[in-house]
Amino acid sequence: MSNGKSFLVDLTKCTACRGCQVACKQWKKMPGEKTKNTGSYQNPPDFSFTTLRVVRFSEKEMDGQMKWFFTPDQCRHCLDAPCKTATNDPDAILIDEQTGAVVYTAKTAKEDFETVRGICPYDVPRQDKKSKVISKCDMCNDRVKAGKRPACVTSCPTGTMNFGDRDEMLKLAAKRLAEAKKRFPKAQLIDADSVRVIFLTADEPNLYAKNLVADASALPGREGYTRQELFAALRKPMRNILG
Amino acid sequence: MTLTRRGFIKLSATAALTTAFSGLGFAAKPTKGTPGAASPAVDRIAQLKPEWSKQTTTNCCYCAVGCGLIVNTALSGTKRALNIEGDPDHPINEGALCAKGASLYQLTEGTPGMPNPRLQKVMYRKPYGTKWEEKSWDWALEQIAKRVKKSRDASFQEKNAAGVTVNRCEGIASVGSAAMDNEECWAYQAFLRSIGLTYIEHQARICHSSTVPALAESFGRGAMTNHWIDIKNSDCVLIMGSNCAETHPISFKWVTKAQEAGGTVIHVDPRFTRTSAKSNIYAPLRSGTDIAFLGGMINHILENNLIFKEYVVNYTNASFIVGKDFDFKDGMFSGFDEATSKYDKSKWAFEYDASGAPKRDNTLADPRCVYQLLKKHFSRYTVKNVTETTGTPEDKLLAVYKAYCATGKPDKSGTVMYAMGWTQHTVGVQNIRTMAMVQLLLGNIGVAGGGVNALRGESNVQGSTDQGLLYHILPGYLPTPTAKEKSLDEYLKLITPVSKDPKSLNWKKNQPKYMASLLKSFYKDAELSQAYDWMPKLEVGQNNSWLVLFDKMLAGQFTGFFAWGMNPAVSGANSNKTREAMTKVDWMVTVNIYDSETSSFWKGPGMDPKKVKTEVFMLPCSVSTEKEGSITNSGRWMQWRYEGPKPLGESKPDGEIIYELANKVRELYQKEGGALPGPVLGMNWSDMGDGHAFDAHKTARLINGTYLKDVEVKQPDGSVKVFKKGSQVQSFADLQADGSTTSGCWVYAGSYVDPDPKKGNRAMRRSKEQTPAQAAVGLYPNWSWAWPVNRRVVYNRASVDLTGKPYAPQKPILAWDATGKKWDIDVVDGGGAPGAIHPFIMQTHGMGALFGPGLNDGPFPEHYEPQECPVSSHVFSKTLHSPTALTFKGEKHSVCDPRYPIVCTSYRVTEHWQTGLMTRYQPWLLEAQPQMFCEMSEELGKMRGIKNGEKVILENGRGKLWAVAIVTKRFKPMLIQGNVVHQVGIPWHFGWMQPKDGGDAANLLTPSVGDPNTGIPETKAFMVNVRKA
Ligand code: SF4
Ligand code: SF4
Ligand code: SF4
Repeated sequence: MSNGKSFLVDLTKCTACRGCQVACKQWKKMPGEKTKNTGSYQNPPDFSFTTLRVVRFSEKEMDGQMKWFFTPDQCRHCLDAPCKTATNDPDAILIDEQTGAVVYTAKTAKEDFETVRGICPYDVPRQDKKSKVISKCDMCNDRVKAGKRPACVTSCPTGTMNFGDRDEMLKLAAKRLAEAKKRFPKAQLIDADSVRVIFLTADEPNLYAKNLVADASALPGREGYTRQELFAALRKPMRNILG
Repeated sequence: MTLTRRGFIKLSATAALTTAFSGLGFAAKPTKGTPGAASPAVDRIAQLKPEWSKQTTTNCCYCAVGCGLIVNTALSGTKRALNIEGDPDHPINEGALCAKGASLYQLTEGTPGMPNPRLQKVMYRKPYGTKWEEKSWDWALEQIAKRVKKSRDASFQEKNAAGVTVNRCEGIASVGSAAMDNEECWAYQAFLRSIGLTYIEHQARICHSSTVPALAESFGRGAMTNHWIDIKNSDCVLIMGSNCAETHPISFKWVTKAQEAGGTVIHVDPRFTRTSAKSNIYAPLRSGTDIAFLGGMINHILENNLIFKEYVVNYTNASFIVGKDFDFKDGMFSGFDEATSKYDKSKWAFEYDASGAPKRDNTLADPRCVYQLLKKHFSRYTVKNVTETTGTPEDKLLAVYKAYCATGKPDKSGTVMYAMGWTQHTVGVQNIRTMAMVQLLLGNIGVAGGGVNALRGESNVQGSTDQGLLYHILPGYLPTPTAKEKSLDEYLKLITPVSKDPKSLNWKKNQPKYMASLLKSFYKDAELSQAYDWMPKLEVGQNNSWLVLFDKMLAGQFTGFFAWGMNPAVSGANSNKTREAMTKVDWMVTVNIYDSETSSFWKGPGMDPKKVKTEVFMLPCSVSTEKEGSITNSGRWMQWRYEGPKPLGESKPDGEIIYELANKVRELYQKEGGALPGPVLGMNWSDMGDGHAFDAHKTARLINGTYLKDVEVKQPDGSVKVFKKGSQVQSFADLQADGSTTSGCWVYAGSYVDPDPKKGNRAMRRSKEQTPAQAAVGLYPNWSWAWPVNRRVVYNRASVDLTGKPYAPQKPILAWDATGKKWDIDVVDGGGAPGAIHPFIMQTHGMGALFGPGLNDGPFPEHYEPQECPVSSHVFSKTLHSPTALTFKGEKHSVCDPRYPIVCTSYRVTEHWQTGLMTRYQPWLLEAQPQMFCEMSEELGKMRGIKNGEKVILENGRGKLWAVAIVTKRFKPMLIQGNVVHQVGIPWHFGWMQPKDGGDAANLLTPSVGDPNTGIPETKAFMVNVRKA
């Protein structure tokens, strides 16, 4: 297997135009949701079975300086996807060998949703109440395999969303990080070695969104662990198996 | 241990699977399943293949960035659109789309599996009726034609009270539309003018009308100077009066590029927005104080001698001597007449020498020269005076001045991106003028990365303005004739300016050729004098602009009304007045994609249908992806769109509706006669279609212009070329004054130069070929076509010195080839060798105007408070408001009114567009911005006991509406003249009709007061109260 594909999501450039949020729905022909304004621009408020991509908004004032952080959020396509470990049917969640996309199938309906969602370091999977099918971003695997960029990446005007061979994206990530550091000394790459969707932040990641960094501390039954530790714990035996 | 046992067991399975599984998706057969990511019901990739779908290109129908898209339409089955996404080849957006553009599919098709909410049938509401009835096209068009005829015959005036021929029909009014293609706009204005209408208005009046006179007075043309891609060339991008990351999102692609290259991005705005979040500097200001802010910048430039001197002396009127009658005292210019509230502009004239050329002092020392008067005028705009007025903290103000004024160096350029934040004020024109003057002082006009960039907000509002869908201009910005110009000769004299400066090209002296060609486009078979006679004429000084139109409607002047592709019940200032006005017309025709607050005004809030007499015909038009024609983006690129799916249901393209309606009206006049049938029957419909159906290509060729007989044209090299009758005009330089050419809009001459669209329709061009120098500045001269004559950056002659050397050699936009004796890179503005002519060829004397004596409210900008404001005086003068603003008797305005103490402004969000009619029906957009909101500071929230997310009421003397409070740190109270002033802001996209819990129009609160030059309403600064609901 090659190193597959990856995204670099350069948050220093995102304007929250939400082109990507709609482009995702357009490609997949997913319905809009009935929402309410709750005092925020962020809407839909979170991922759902029909919202695989959502732009999160976070306002902070630091040292008298106003900041507005935007996070176009999606499944991270973990290199060793913990969610897959939570399934019984090997066909419920598939990993595309060529791209590395973590793809949920209709067979997820037979899996225990709470376990699948609970083990996700970024709290991404969502279930359809009726059919019980679980869904999330699939990396637009159909497009990628046909030589097109994912819908969200195509749609992005600012260079926030980048997609390509993982090696290329890692190189780009290093380059963009160096550039970003000049204007934003706290700029950093998030979980770059564990995921295929690598975020570059201008500031501390917790300022952006709750689950930007892998974290399990809030999950019931996993209080003792950060999601990162969870990752590590998962990866160890896997590495052993793979030799 | 937190990992389940089951989890551990699964690990090995995962590993095994990772190696065993060999791929997904590509040739995957369509599988059945629940919609969602997990199991696509269809193979979307296969659908895009030519066996299954045809591919057409289009451009986004929302804002005027003009992003390109690809439409795939099923070849069989539904034959509807399957997928619409960004066109990666398009040089402006390179595949990118904002939320609106990305939802074009849903505008066309609705949500799969659900009924499409688009209007698909002709609907009729009878007088005092309580419901819609379905009708046929034939019936409706016949009935409308009858009513047009009846209203026209009853109100038609061949002569005015003084007995002068005016040939006008003032019993019918029309608004619309920037949502139509150029060809449709042309056909529509032709229809309206053929029946004699003078009340012709549309969106351009209420969004960018102030741009046109401001830029035309300053530089000669009224359009965005540069283009979207050019923004990347800028060293400093000032975004002020605009929130372009949200309102023109793909523009930010190029702003980001400028920033990446080391440029500084500045945002000046009452509210911290998505644009501010990405800017290097953010500075707040109180809504309506832009002249104070920018006047301070002019003062800063002059005090610190930061001007680009050579440019200022050679290319602007800084050296011109102003006549002795000009004076300025305490906020008032000389020549004011109290009785009429108007200035006598002759008091502001320049002095001329014996030859008749303007007197100049190139040392700029003469106390009466423009430069010295300017210095004096703006010396009052000190940092202290400015900050007291604008509320901007001093350090922020100075940071902006410093960063921006650094672009005064010859090789640096700064650009400004502005929109409604500047235009929609009673000082709208002067807001823009102030910045135009800054740009001239810094030498930023005509250069790569410079300019004054008016961000147009409707996909074809540039085109609809070019095509003259406004009461005061004919296509190509020729003034509407008045009763004073009794004959064509008198009119031609009016439009032929004279300059005695030998270096002034004074291009407008050619206007008689353009008028003759226009008259021939209208009335091909009539003599020019007859055609002129038929043109409807205004009274001298008659103002038929939007606010006046609705005021007259309320007073009962019109029996008939067209709201074509517009939703005035939401878009017009003072919505309650607008809505009530519509109850006073007998019949009304609305043409739109959806039912709207306008079509259904008779059942809106506070209306009793049983008491509303207005008969309404609601006609369904097709969306942009379903028809062919061109639109012109903000950067003046004329782009051709193609038909993807056929029009949905019974909807029709606007062009077809116009053509068929005009035919019906003509039939009636043919059969029955009536008031002056000549212009109705004489209109050149045969060049807009085949007699039955509209033809966009034919109309585009008419707009370009055609030879009506064989004409010999002298070429620049002295040779003579013969153009055959029926062939296409190649450029406006070839147009004739004797009636031997047509050209429906002279600025578009050169856009369609061969009858074969593949060869001649330049709007269709999609070649990215360019020279390295062109590529360096992102010119793309072979992609589409830009007016005028494919020039991408207007006034580019000012980018080189008198010897032809580019001021910015690292990013030249023009280069003189001394051996070949020609200009390279962009199409030069004006011909001739370097230094041969002044650069601003559309100005009578060839110069950029620091002094602008043609405007109604003064040759220099001056700070005046909005008509509604939180102060009773200001520091610059005793003149509180613009003394010449357009106001209406009996309407009260709040000044320091304790009942309405809060400054309110209105704006757009990314996810909606204009009145929201074309976005509120789309779940993908509505889910992102579902309801009317009101943004306010935490301090105001606390003061009023309002928490984030709670419902609030906004109200003033005109109206009342509810909104969800967004209590945010992004709005801050401001210190104005020592007092705390609170500001709030509301989006203007909502309306009572859809969604049901979305809220109503922001314009319920805005006042009907307007700019003295254009009548644009002041919808960006007004007073309200806010309280918990
Ligand atoms: S990759 Fe595709 S599925 Fe995933 S967020 Fe982007 S558009 Fe949506
Ligand atoms: S399209 Fe790009 S800029 Fe727009 S919200 Fe998505 S990531 Fe951000
Ligand atoms: S609305 Fe404007 S920026 Fe957005 S896609 Fe359409 S043209 Fe582009």
